[in-house]
Amino acid sequence: MARHAQPINPWPGIVAAAFVVTVVIAAFVGIGQRVEATSGLRIAEWQAVRFTVWQALLSALLSVLLAVPVARALARRRLPGHRVLVTLLGAPFILPVIVAVLGLLAIFGRKGWLNTGLGLLGLPEVSIYGAHGVVLAHVFFNMPLATRLILQGWQSVPAEQFRMVGQLGLSPRMVFRVIEWPILRQVVPGAFALIFVICLTSFAVALTLGGGPRATTIELAIYQAFRFDFDLGRAAVLSLLQLAVAGAAAVLALWILPPIALQNGRDRAVRRWDAPAPWGDAIWITFAAGFLLLPLMSIALSGLAGLSYMPLSVLSATWTTIWVACVSTVVLLALALPMAAWLAQARWGGAEALTLLGLVASPLMIGTGWFILIYPYVSPTAFALPVTALINAMMALPFAVRILLPPMRQVFNDYGRLSMGLGLRGVSNWRIVLIPRLRPQIGFAAGLTAALSVGDLGVVALFADPDVATLPLQMYRLMGSYRTEAAAGAALVLVALAFGMFWICDAWGRRHVDG
Amino acid sequence: MRGGGGMLTVEGLRIEQGAFALTADFEVPKGRRVAVIGPSGAGKSTLLNALGGYIEIAGGRVEVDGQDVTDAAPDQRGIAMLFQDGNLFPHLTLAQNVGLGIRPALRLTEAEMAQMRDALNRVGLAEFADRKPGDVSGGQQSRAALARVLVQAKPLLLLDEPFAALGPALRAEMLDLTSQVARDAGATVLMITHAPKDAERAADDLIFVEAGRVDPPRAVAEVMADPPEALRAYLGR
Repeated sequence: MARHAQPINPWPGIVAAAFVVTVVIAAFVGIGQRVEATSGLRIAEWQAVRFTVWQALLSALLSVLLAVPVARALARRRLPGHRVLVTLLGAPFILPVIVAVLGLLAIFGRKGWLNTGLGLLGLPEVSIYGAHGVVLAHVFFNMPLATRLILQGWQSVPAEQFRMVGQLGLSPRMVFRVIEWPILRQVVPGAFALIFVICLTSFAVALTLGGGPRATTIELAIYQAFRFDFDLGRAAVLSLLQLAVAGAAAVLALWILPPIALQNGRDRAVRRWDAPAPWGDAIWITFAAGFLLLPLMSIALSGLAGLSYMPLSVLSATWTTIWVACVSTVVLLALALPMAAWLAQARWGGAEALTLLGLVASPLMIGTGWFILIYPYVSPTAFALPVTALINAMMALPFAVRILLPPMRQVFNDYGRLSMGLGLRGVSNWRIVLIPRLRPQIGFAAGLTAALSVGDLGVVALFADPDVATLPLQMYRLMGSYRTEAAAGAALVLVALAFGMFWICDAWGRRHVDG
Repeated sequence: MRGGGGMLTVEGLRIEQGAFALTADFEVPKGRRVAVIGPSGAGKSTLLNALGGYIEIAGGRVEVDGQDVTDAAPDQRGIAMLFQDGNLFPHLTLAQNVGLGIRPALRLTEAEMAQMRDALNRVGLAEFADRKPGDVSGGQQSRAALARVLVQAKPLLLLDEPFAALGPALRAEMLDLTSQVARDAGATVLMITHAPKDAERAADDLIFVEAGRVDPPRAVAEVMADPPEALRAYLGR
């Protein structure tokens, strides 16, 4: 019997997946060594679990609720600056968390624009710190993401359907029922699930805006058990809790996660006949633009002013960040490309579930496990940067594989037989067929990974000693010592770095694209 | 029939795909051009894909030019195949696409370059060597694919309706060019077609496939003069 011929050997992909699984299992082993050393769960742990789930639910709910009218407005109105705004909606996804927090502080913080305004009116000031601050920051990050997902859904509606609407003279309410609602029902559960899972592992936001018994996520509690008490047993128990919560959520979310689209796809202008009075849409668009742009603007303004205050440590941190991001990106490609090739050829569709392991295993959980394994033998700080680079790559893996898989399936479908007939196997197939055909997606995935790695403030905070720092960590330290101008300057460098590295990779991917 | 010196020998071939099953037992002598004809869903494409080594077979043997290739990889079977679409890589030039037929690498030696240019010349594409498939017409794409078949120099050529999207005149032209290419390369041809006219124009023999049953080849003129019942129904006579 002839075996089923395949252009790419699945084994490198299986080995890559096994490597990822091994890293996670090793972390479990580390955690397992410490779990019995502690006695049960205390109230603080249950509070952390409750807050983690509650804030993730609320963040996802608010993000989606606000995204629906904004996406609806963007879908049926073309105000000046429409394209720029839709592109900017993609920005928060790669914006370093710590930078966004600084931007939000400039608007909503104690001396921010909002409180200054309230003060002028003689009203009491509001505080951004605490649970509502955490949710606000999550909505800032995820409302644009949800908006883009919903917008993509509506843009997939064929123009003919809207011509039909014009012909039948349907009211906006009928249009909502006939066209918009069915798409919402498809897109919203996926967007909600994605945001919920992302918020479950929130660390940097909780670190900067949360804290205290009523605003501590599990990830933050792990960090505190580590840094403040050096209670590895408690960190291990919390890691298990994080795993249980995120794992349960990821399994539930697995079947409804939306595909991650490249850029904003075709931003087609569809003529609509159903748009009611324009001011409602304009208000929503202005609200979204303001919510998105004001913090970004404040970063740019205060950053420029702060550039001259930056200490030399920012420079060395910048260098560290660049090489960690480069290593992360290389590791990611070495894992994601063979895995995607294996999964794209596999007839077993459930294989994609493996990639979600990256989302289930949170950075601080893996970090905790590895710390416990390493520290009896060598100083974990020596491994701070390699571990950070590896974990950053693993965190980007689910996204990268989801970006690569659909086009890779398409290539095997369209050119698999031709490749095999010509004997294009293994390395030749990668060089001559796969990489040229997948260049845009590879560039996008690499850019995303580089940007996420640049902005990451997670496991590095766990491992690093005062001499070692990535730029986000250095910025956090500057903020912690109230050197706000210097932090603002570092924020600007960080943003430039994140977007710069994303742009370089993405531009590489989009060059010479044809056919 | 065993060991009769045919170019293609199919013995007890069985293909099972869910509820669909196909069996085939036939031999094609060297140098013949054979049209494979039959209704949609009869299994014509499945048969050719199995011969090409692209789908799993449930049993039987396939011999090409005296070699047992039943378990061989698609590029080790002595078979070149053209599909309905996707015969050229859109990101490579026509020259590169043809070059891949000589060696699966993008760098060719001087002699191989000359061979590639000669093939493009013979299908009338000399000046289009550096164009990409998207920049030439459908007919020119078909010519480039045939140029690659020419350099692949395999003893057996399988055509799964690669010219189906072309107009009647252009399709006739491509069939003539295919015959010429096959003659130059000394190749035996199996081609799927829907049009009896195409079979009469470009084939010596005819294989009729219906509902997973494959009739052995018979001379086209002979079959067309007195088609069996099932073929008569298909032809609408």
